[in-house]
Amino acid sequence: MRHDTPDATDLLPPTEMSFLVKFLELMNRTKVDEEEYWNSSKFKAFTFDDEDDELSQLKESKRAVNSLRDFVDDDDDDDLERVSWTGEPVGSISWSIKETAGNSGLNHEGREQLKSRNSFSSYAQLPKPTSTYSLSNFFRGRTRLGSFQSLSDALSDTPAKSYAPELGRPKGEFRDYSNDWSPSDTVRRLRKGKVCSLERFRSLQDKLQLLEEAVSMHDGNVITAVLIFLKRTLSKEVLFRELEVRQVALRHLIHFLKEIGDQKLLLDLFRFLDRTEELALSHYREHLSIQDPEKRKEFLKTCIGLPFSVEDSAHIQDHYTLLERQIIIEANDRHLEAAGQTEIFRKHPRKASILNMPLVTTLFYSCFYHYTEPEGTFSSPVNLKKTFKIPDKQYVLTALAARAKLRAWHDVDALFTTKNWLGYTKKRAPIGFHRVVEILHKNSAPVQILQEYVNLVEDMDTKLNLATKFKCHDVVIDTCRDLKDRQQLLAYRSKVDKGSAEEEKIDAILSSTVSRAATPPQPGETDSSQSSIKCIKGYHRVTTQFLSATVTLDLVLDMASSAVNGVTTEPKWLSPRLLEKGANVAGPPGGALTPDCTEHSKL
Amino acid sequence: MAFPHRPDAPELPDFSMLKRLARDQLIYLLEQLPGKKDLFIEADLMSPLDRIASVSILKVDVQPPSHASLARFSFDEQYKLLKSDYHCRQHEVDKLYKVENKPVLSSSEQLCFLVRPRIKNMRYIANLVNADKLAGRTRKYKVIFSPQKFYACEMVLEEEGIYGDVSCDEWAFSLLPLDVDLLSMELPEFFRDYFLEGDQRWINTVAQALHLLSTLYGPFPNCYGIGRCAKMSHELWRNLEEEEDSETKGRKPEIGHIFLLDRDVDFVTALCSQVVYEGLVDDTFRIKCGSVDFGPEVTSSDKSLKVLLNAEDKVFHEIRNEHFSNVFGFLSQKARNLQAQYDRRRGMDIKQMKNFVSQELKGLKQEHRLLSLHIGACESIMKKKTKQDFQELIKTEHALLEGFSIRDSTSYIEEHIDRQVSPIESLRLMCLLSITENGLIPKDYRSLKTQYLQVRPEECIFKCVDFSKRGVGERVGEKDREKHRFVVSLIYASTGKITDAFSSLAKRSNFRAISKKLNLVCGTKDDKAPSESLRLILVVFLGGCTFSEISALRFLGREKGFRFIFLTTAVTNSARLMEAMSEVKA
Repeated sequence: MRHDTPDATDLLPPTEMSFLVKFLELMNRTKVDEEEYWNSSKFKAFTFDDEDDELSQLKESKRAVNSLRDFVDDDDDDDLERVSWTGEPVGSISWSIKETAGNSGLNHEGREQLKSRNSFSSYAQLPKPTSTYSLSNFFRGRTRLGSFQSLSDALSDTPAKSYAPELGRPKGEFRDYSNDWSPSDTVRRLRKGKVCSLERFRSLQDKLQLLEEAVSMHDGNVITAVLIFLKRTLSKEVLFRELEVRQVALRHLIHFLKEIGDQKLLLDLFRFLDRTEELALSHYREHLSIQDPEKRKEFLKTCIGLPFSVEDSAHIQDHYTLLERQIIIEANDRHLEAAGQTEIFRKHPRKASILNMPLVTTLFYSCFYHYTEPEGTFSSPVNLKKTFKIPDKQYVLTALAARAKLRAWHDVDALFTTKNWLGYTKKRAPIGFHRVVEILHKNSAPVQILQEYVNLVEDMDTKLNLATKFKCHDVVIDTCRDLKDRQQLLAYRSKVDKGSAEEEKIDAILSSTVSRAATPPQPGETDSSQSSIKCIKGYHRVTTQFLSATVTLDLVLDMASSAVNGVTTEPKWLSPRLLEKGANVAGPPGGALTPDCTEHSKL
Repeated sequence: MAFPHRPDAPELPDFSMLKRLARDQLIYLLEQLPGKKDLFIEADLMSPLDRIASVSILKVDVQPPSHASLARFSFDEQYKLLKSDYHCRQHEVDKLYKVENKPVLSSSEQLCFLVRPRIKNMRYIANLVNADKLAGRTRKYKVIFSPQKFYACEMVLEEEGIYGDVSCDEWAFSLLPLDVDLLSMELPEFFRDYFLEGDQRWINTVAQALHLLSTLYGPFPNCYGIGRCAKMSHELWRNLEEEEDSETKGRKPEIGHIFLLDRDVDFVTALCSQVVYEGLVDDTFRIKCGSVDFGPEVTSSDKSLKVLLNAEDKVFHEIRNEHFSNVFGFLSQKARNLQAQYDRRRGMDIKQMKNFVSQELKGLKQEHRLLSLHIGACESIMKKKTKQDFQELIKTEHALLEGFSIRDSTSYIEEHIDRQVSPIESLRLMCLLSITENGLIPKDYRSLKTQYLQVRPEECIFKCVDFSKRGVGERVGEKDREKHRFVVSLIYASTGKITDAFSSLAKRSNFRAISKKLNLVCGTKDDKAPSESLRLILVVFLGGCTFSEISALRFLGREKGFRFIFLTTAVTNSARLMEAMSEVKA
């Protein structure tokens, strides 16, 4: 062997220093190479499965030998006595060589080149590969780049290893095991992506030692490689038992099983580990692949009993109930729509089926099409709210979006009106009124409606901002008056139309010192706004009827996304005033970070 | 405005060598399969490939002038172009295909696949080969794994019965220089695989990459790390160096220090909204492999434009690390300057005009183009952000980071979910809440989860489960909250007196480790500065880093006279982190 290796370098692309480097390297490594060599060929040449059926294997190998004879020869005398019990084609090659006693004079490497060229043809005659790695050395040829040899030296194997295919080298086959790779060496070889026999590790102790070496090496790829081997050679009970105390390896196995989609083994594993929740989830997950709603419903029913945590099983139960509902609603509404008798379906035909939609979308849908239905029906929003315990906020937001989309302003009004026990009515919203305003604006509510709700916003600054943004002149004017902000009022005067009622109003306020001196009314409850509400009510009934005919809707499909969204606003978060605020919040306590204006201007 | 480095700041090493290396290696691999062949490229590899080679290189040995024009196109574009009718001979890649789940209509006798080592790719190839077998067709197949192959992939090939039919190779392309100081491994799956699944398969890849760097740029004399993954990578890397005992020993180190950081030591920074320009561009338009697609709304024309964002873009270079609020002012100033320069030509005589046209005009035009692009981008960002109530969002994030008015924040998040603004965002806020509050109280957890599920049913129960692993519902150590604020606050701070902010923040940052080490490195500050290489620092982010973090460190480097080089498994942001957690796609 030793004398052969230098020849190997001859076969390399002739590159400057590479020869020398490699030669030295090889000299240093010959021992290693040799061991490597023996080991892998041993593995290649022999698989334990073959032992079972030596005779047939022998026949097969003879056939193989005959076909290979042309280019095979060997000068290794030691092979003779091994031939008798080698049950495998490559092993018998050397035997045949003995017989012919030919020595072509080709050096080892030359022959190996030859074999590698032939390896594809001989491949078919080999017994079935029993291990993932058994054949990989065919393709092991690491890339060698003439152009940056020195680098690849550092990155890849030594040349002799990289292209010697090592097929048909049976010699190490039954060498005593002391010569074999230790678990740590094996793992190191695996890490380099090299071929390595794992079949040798037959006792449980060996296997576990191998696994531990792999884990301590930290390379997940190697850990997985060892696990693949263990999975194949250990019964799952033993495998699971041993992995239970080896968490790193266990996680690798779980990930591996998920990746290759071995659901059955994965479930077994979870069952063994008593990870009931993961087991249940894993099962539940399968529903995603079921398309037919009825079947999906049935499947979900089977999930209810699974050992989820208490709250998760409530979610599963809800999921089941929801789908059940949707199936009923869908059937009913499709019928209604087809009949063409119901006004709402005629005006706003459904864009998509409600099946498998999220709960909120379902709620929106029922607020849109079934708002007035009594609580008893499955499709009524109130019923949905009760059944699924939808929080107030979510309900109001969704209902608001749906009714606003239909421009049903009286419904919107009713949504926020509460009566106290004395019979007084009051507007109240579980969400801030600024949100309400934004949603209304998005659905292009008329100014009068917007105004009513802008007035209900408590924070003065927000109110003023919103009013300005949505051109609720009255509110702006009133608020400025209340704040006694003459400056702002003056500025606002230029924004309203010339000769309009608003301008007159501003002028009146500006000229009347009395009104400025007067005690400001409570925000949101000024007389003027109260009166405006009254006239709006009359107005919007008209507008609703008038407009709803022209409104076009893009429904169900975009319901989820568009239902409640923000509204375009001024780029207020960059205005200097707010910036200052922002920076104070942003910076560390102490407010040392107010923006440095001088630096600003320097730019 | 950009970070002008101190005059003594060290020079960055030249990383373009990495590109050349990867390209040559790929060409070599392709040559291993002589003759005409069709190349199938995985979608994820297209953009990285785009950065190191043009299609013409795959096809032609040396770029002949006739094909130089092609190089202008991106890979995607060329892919389309070539699919139609473009054929070339020398490297003999005949046609390019994307690896996707569609039947293959290739008539070539040789097929070459350039893929990530993933099971689904193996199944795809197996189907293809087996279909050929059934049809009685023999072709040559070659699979090139990048950056390395996995045993699990080989196992699948073997199981599918095509082991001998395909040949395998590895293309060790794991370091892509995205910028002068930024190297990316382009492995976004690192995050999920390691931090969620506990699979350590990429650690070897990291070790290999570090090894390559030390081979090329000399050994790293000092090494520091935070986190388990950092430790493991370091050990594996050391092993590698010992085994190979390469020629690096005697070499003079070019990079003095290396810091290895696990992503999970600080999720908070990554989960916050970004406010530096580059970060915002990433959050809004998604920077992919160092380039971004600006749509018609940015380019103010009817087609979108692919723009490379790096230090070569002068305008971008100056604003990338700035707080967004500064960017507008800067851009308008810049626009005025430009106008002034254009205006200068008014009073010129013929000779001056000639000079102007021949020397300055081109530069000005270039600048003009870039300027209008970035102004467009800014406007578009503003539009989007105001639509989403950015102001309020930022306020909530601040409150969470500072740990005040938790009730308000919680109800803001609830509302955020209910308004269905963006599920990913909602999820992000929930995580942020959970991490900054060291876990949620069960009542909040339940109500948030329930509401979230009502908006996004089925698939999201998985997300929540993943999160109970990550943070939601889980109580983390008490001091964690203090830890995470540094980078975020730093970025917010970058308008003001930054040094003060930094020193006060550094005390309680999780990057304290870095600054401490920096002080060690500095030694006594006013003494003679350490040699150049010792002030070059490689920071390795295992699991990804955000542009905000990069900006923060660039700033830190400028202050202290260091240069940082970033090596990340992938550039990430909050949305990408959240998506990685979600199982929907799987």
